[in-house]
Amino acid sequence: MTFFLIVTLNGLTLAALYFLAASGFTLIFGLMRTVNMAHGALLLLGGYVGFEVARATGVWPLGILGGGLAAAFGGALIQFGILGRFQGDELRQTLASIAISIIMADLMLWYWGGITYQVALPDALAGGFKLPLLGVGYASIRLVLIAFAVVVGITLWLIIAKTRLGAIIRAGVDDREMLRALGFDVAKIFIIVFALGGLLAGMAGVVAASALSIAPGTDLQFLLSSLVVVIVGGMGSVGGAALGALLIGLAEQYGLAYAPTYGVVFTFAIMVFVLAVRPQGLLGRSET
Amino acid sequence: MFTKLKTITMTSALALSAFAAPASAEDIKIGVISILEGAFAALGQDGIRGVELAIAEAGGEVAGNDIEIIVMSSDASPDSAVNAARKLIEQDGVDLIVGPLSGSEGLALRDLSKSFPAVTFLNGSSAAQDTTLRDSSDNFFRFGGDGAQWMVGVGSYAHDDLGYEKVAVVAEDYSFPYTQVLGFMTEFCAAGGTVPEKFWTPIGAKDYSSIVYSIPSDVDAVFVALGGADAVNFLTQYNQAGGTKPIIGGSITIDQSILDSEGPFKQQLIGAPAGTPTVSDYDGAEWKAFSASYTEHFPDGFTAPSIFAHHYYMSAHAAILALEEVEGDLSGDQAAFRAALTDLEFVTPTGGTMRLDENRNGIVDNFVTEVFEREDGTLGNRVVKVVRDVDQSLGQDPATFLAQGSVSRDNPSCP
Repeated sequence: MTFFLIVTLNGLTLAALYFLAASGFTLIFGLMRTVNMAHGALLLLGGYVGFEVARATGVWPLGILGGGLAAAFGGALIQFGILGRFQGDELRQTLASIAISIIMADLMLWYWGGITYQVALPDALAGGFKLPLLGVGYASIRLVLIAFAVVVGITLWLIIAKTRLGAIIRAGVDDREMLRALGFDVAKIFIIVFALGGLLAGMAGVVAASALSIAPGTDLQFLLSSLVVVIVGGMGSVGGAALGALLIGLAEQYGLAYAPTYGVVFTFAIMVFVLAVRPQGLLGRSET
Repeated sequence: MFTKLKTITMTSALALSAFAAPASAEDIKIGVISILEGAFAALGQDGIRGVELAIAEAGGEVAGNDIEIIVMSSDASPDSAVNAARKLIEQDGVDLIVGPLSGSEGLALRDLSKSFPAVTFLNGSSAAQDTTLRDSSDNFFRFGGDGAQWMVGVGSYAHDDLGYEKVAVVAEDYSFPYTQVLGFMTEFCAAGGTVPEKFWTPIGAKDYSSIVYSIPSDVDAVFVALGGADAVNFLTQYNQAGGTKPIIGGSITIDQSILDSEGPFKQQLIGAPAGTPTVSDYDGAEWKAFSASYTEHFPDGFTAPSIFAHHYYMSAHAAILALEEVEGDLSGDQAAFRAALTDLEFVTPTGGTMRLDENRNGIVDNFVTEVFEREDGTLGNRVVKVVRDVDQSLGQDPATFLAQGSVSRDNPSCP
């Protein structure tokens, strides 16, 4: 029983990480219908920059902020410099973003080399934490990770539901042409949303580098998990990203614990099932 | 219009033939296959350095023939290694191939080598047992050991000197870790130890926390055969979950590349024993010379050559020695060159004498090491025990050894 609860907790922490990674991805897709294949590369960039900042300053939260800002800037630059030129041509944008992700991955391999990086945690978070009731040690950083994901999720919801920017984004999701007709500078809004998506990816990268580790290849792992999460949860829906992350995170951990050899099958079985039964994703809206 | 098309076709044909033109007939082309992407990228990069070092030490030429190397990356999967090798052979026309890095890739290239009898394959650092033990190929040479040879000495050291009776195993789910576990368990079980549980995890898994909590609480130590980022992730998460069991390392778990990685997980490795053919801080004279030459050529490399630099170096070095012996003569499907390779004997960077057995697998030196902290705070491995002349049957009668069957998730077993 203890083991089952621990594995569930592991699933929740992994889900938190997947949610952080997938939320920016789904946000960008929801507004722009752009499948940003460079999302994983932005995440890895955030992780590396976060590592450098945390090492230089010795302050972990600054690392998260620095990594997030670097990836936000990177995201804005990608939209402003490249993807914005093909606005409305989603296929070309997707192909261009694949090219960007490969170029970024190689540049990062060149600069940071192929070794594995971990962000050093503040002492308070570095060790384990004795769980009440269960009586086993648990990594503090993983509990912080859940809290962080919840805070980010709620903030994101507040931004989208309550602020003017959120209203504009929602309007853009529903009817881009109308939004443009009403006189909003859509190109600028797209850049802002891309920066927001990059910020989320970058912070997820630093958190991933703290709780797990980052190395070349991490970008593709998180891109794949983000894709699976938003396919299951529904493209463009933040709530869907949360639900999808929860399902995939739990499935992966139960798989690893109870059927290690075939664990990965569960993840994709869920995806296949959702695609067969509800192709728009669990909380996605069907295209009309 | 037609003329224009014709001109374009002609130009492209010319351009193509310019590309396809053989370099000079005297050039010896060596294709190198290593992993330069994903979790093993840093290790793969060091393998390339090994080949470059061997060639640089030879002055870039053999008996007046320039040596050219062409590097291809694989991604640890057998088909990527096969694609890389096919590209090197069919498009670049290489004479020799040095590589690959990882276990299952080696098995795939061994099979491929049977279709290209005119090309000689020299294994890089891939160490699956059956690459040479069963169904070996006449033009596939391994100047190094397999994963089981690399663990010789550790099983008995863990049982007899450290007093471990029960050990759990955490390893990646492919041929190389199977072989490593075999090497460890052969000795450990013979000495009276037991292995109640083995956890096989997919390569590249990020989150090991559920495995961490599955490790039985009554074991004396955990034998970890993971590589690169996987090892870093497991060790970190084990440590964060409050795991206190001593670690026993596989050959690439505690390689120098891991000790040079960034992160707080390293402290828990101090004192951990491991089996390896390569010790970064070995104080043998030959190793010191090798290590100095490495650092001189690659100031931005690791602080000492890794297992991959070492093994790629030995293969490339063997090729150069044999080429010198036949004065660069690769005619007649490289028959003379291969005969020279087969009979080659040379002193390895670890001070032993490298020679091949009848399956063209190396008879090698092996080390039992432990991790220690250097004065400047970096970590290194120091030698506890040297075992010389380790053959592929681990000192047993070859027929008996073969009869135990191929390694797998469940073989060997001593619960």
